[in-house]
Amino acid sequence: MIWLTWRQLRAQAATAALAVAAIGVVAVLTGPRIADLARRTTNVFDALTSTERTLHVAGIAVLAVAPALAGAFWGAPLLARELETGTHRLAWSQSVTRARWLGTKLGLTVASGAVAIGLMSLAITWWAAPVDGVAGSTRGALPGRLTPISFAMRGVAPVGYAVFAVVLGATLGAVLRRTLPAMAVTLALYVVVQIAVPLWIRPHLAPPVTTTVTVSTSTLDGISIDPDGRNPVISTHTPDRGDWILTDETVDRSGRAATLPGWFTACLPSPDVVPASTSRQAEAASPDACFGRLADAGYRQHVAYQPAHRFWQLQWTETAFFLALSALLAAGCFWWIRPPQR
Amino acid sequence: MTAVLATRSLGRRYGRRWALRDCTLAVPAGRVTGLVGPNGAGKSTLLNLATGILTPSAGSVEVCGAPPARDPAQLAKVGFVAQDTPVYAGLTVEEHLRLGARLNPRWDAAAARRRLDRLGLDTRQRAGKLSGGQRAQLALTLGLAKRPELLLLDEPVASLDPLARREFLQVLMEAVAEGDLSVVLSSHVVSDLERVCDHLIVLVDSQVGVAGDVDVLLDTHHRLVGPRRAAHPLPRDQHVVGASHTDRQSTLVVRAPAGIADPAWTVSRLSLEDLVLAYLTPPAQGRPAAPLETVR
Amino acid sequence: MTIEFSLDAGCGVSPYLQIAQQVRQAVRLGLLRAGDQLPTVKEVVSQLAINPNTVLKAYRELERDGLVTARPGVGTFVTRSVPAEVTAPLEPLRRELARWLVRARSAGLDDESIAALFATTFRAERDVA
Repeated sequence: MIWLTWRQLRAQAATAALAVAAIGVVAVLTGPRIADLARRTTNVFDALTSTERTLHVAGIAVLAVAPALAGAFWGAPLLARELETGTHRLAWSQSVTRARWLGTKLGLTVASGAVAIGLMSLAITWWAAPVDGVAGSTRGALPGRLTPISFAMRGVAPVGYAVFAVVLGATLGAVLRRTLPAMAVTLALYVVVQIAVPLWIRPHLAPPVTTTVTVSTSTLDGISIDPDGRNPVISTHTPDRGDWILTDETVDRSGRAATLPGWFTACLPSPDVVPASTSRQAEAASPDACFGRLADAGYRQHVAYQPAHRFWQLQWTETAFFLALSALLAAGCFWWIRPPQR
Repeated sequence: MTAVLATRSLGRRYGRRWALRDCTLAVPAGRVTGLVGPNGAGKSTLLNLATGILTPSAGSVEVCGAPPARDPAQLAKVGFVAQDTPVYAGLTVEEHLRLGARLNPRWDAAAARRRLDRLGLDTRQRAGKLSGGQRAQLALTLGLAKRPELLLLDEPVASLDPLARREFLQVLMEAVAEGDLSVVLSSHVVSDLERVCDHLIVLVDSQVGVAGDVDVLLDTHHRLVGPRRAAHPLPRDQHVVGASHTDRQSTLVVRAPAGIADPAWTVSRLSLEDLVLAYLTPPAQGRPAAPLETVR
Repeated sequence: MTIEFSLDAGCGVSPYLQIAQQVRQAVRLGLLRAGDQLPTVKEVVSQLAINPNTVLKAYRELERDGLVTARPGVGTFVTRSVPAEVTAPLEPLRRELARWLVRARSAGLDDESIAALFATTFRAERDVA
């Protein structure tokens, strides 16, 4: 059965091997220069060439898309193609049980996908390590590793996503029995999951740390207008720029949520809306006085965040979450395909 | 005689439509059984239920004494050549043989290779490029080489030209002659089955019309031709299966195990095709449908 | 193979009877003699694509009639020839029949008329005898 599964997987495995090799070659060729740069300058980002910046974006794109492709092109056809072409009638009339047939197919395909994407992630994470989360003086500085746009495309998380996507594709293929619809639904559901998890699950994978921050020029991230358009809203950051801010609300002296007092807007010299700024230019002296008055009046920022050093902890927790989800789905798939019980 | 395929009120439905209903059969071992019926009568459904590819909605099925697909030993006893003879288009003939060898404990590699050589099949060809007849022969070789006790074939020759059809049946009958193989083969063309089957099952409207050994069926069914009569008082042990009338003459197909005593009828022997047709033709208005029968 | 069988699917006679008849005919015509082996079941089945049980049934019937005998593991063999004294008159009869047929055809009879003429005369003569 292993031979048969491998034989059917051969072409896809070759494509994946080629992709992994290509990424590896690019990483090995361009990576050392960046690592070297990081040792010599603090502002690596500004020192990158535009090619390297493109590669950085490409790396993110590859790791974002690879698990989805694995799910659609490896997982969905796994069972759907057999059911669609009727070859399952040939396979199920050999002397292997349904469980062994499905187990070998699914197991080998999931393992291959996990290994391929794991290697890709290894190469890209290693390549981008000196650059991740660095603030540059040019626009478009890179987000911290914990922020959703980076987290999913680094480290070990893509492996969990790949396993999940392949099992999802296989299960949908078994239920829908047609390859193209299974591929489409797999992609759609995968995207939904990838939106839902950072919004609702990842923040709670480890208990968020809460702290109170006094507003000052060093902690200020930006001032904006709330959705009603009337009151200003302050956003701050924690000392470590890599922290992932989950909630940031103004509280008053007693600790309850509050809106900023009316005099605050009048106090500020600059326009109401200040874009989130990573600029190091000092604000004019009077904002400090406004902030001081705010602090004296008891206004603080109540911030809940995931600290930057929790990156690997969250990575492993999220991977475990997806592996557990995959196991559940796989059990469902086995149940769906089961032979008559009587 | 142990039944190699036994069903009890077996049924399968899709939504509200019953593809097979209330099917009770016992096929004796050592026979070549023909499963006949029009398209949509439930032949494929019955065969797929017998191999465990489909799950029954009602009733039960046993092959070689145990429920199908229960464990590898049970799976090894039954071979299946499915409709349209599915093969893996991307694999070569050689790789299909390897598939069989790896997935079946009792694989007879030498016999498989011999058969393919005799048919002139190039083992390096991709299965997707084979002609219909060659694909059917490949599927049959795969089914036979696992040395099953029972081989089920779902309309294996339906899309084959006459020569391919004859070659297929030759290989199949040779395998039966070698001993210890029971075959159930479905077709909607009766003439294929006449040469080859010694047991018959007729399916019509998703139910069993009649089942039994061909010799017994042909001995107990008769064609009666006689003058047209208003009533047809037949003795109680005789059942009318089919009837047609002109204004002068009546022709009846009758099941009469004890024979026909009435001298007014001209009695003649039916061909298998006529017998099957009589059961497949829907009953005329007003006449009750023929009762379901099993003839031993 | 000594002889080859053929099957007439539409003629209303069971296949096994046809095979038995063909063996008897071959013996009668001297094509098969004592000690000749009949084609094996596998050979017949391979040539005709028929059920092996049909062949077995035919051979069993012939064995019951004493015409052949089955040696397990070896084959089925003809037990008796038609003795020469029986085959001897066949040749002149055949020639006479051939001449009669030529005359019947030149008289304008077609196949069916000849067959009908033969059948009615045959029956009439048999009923008298």
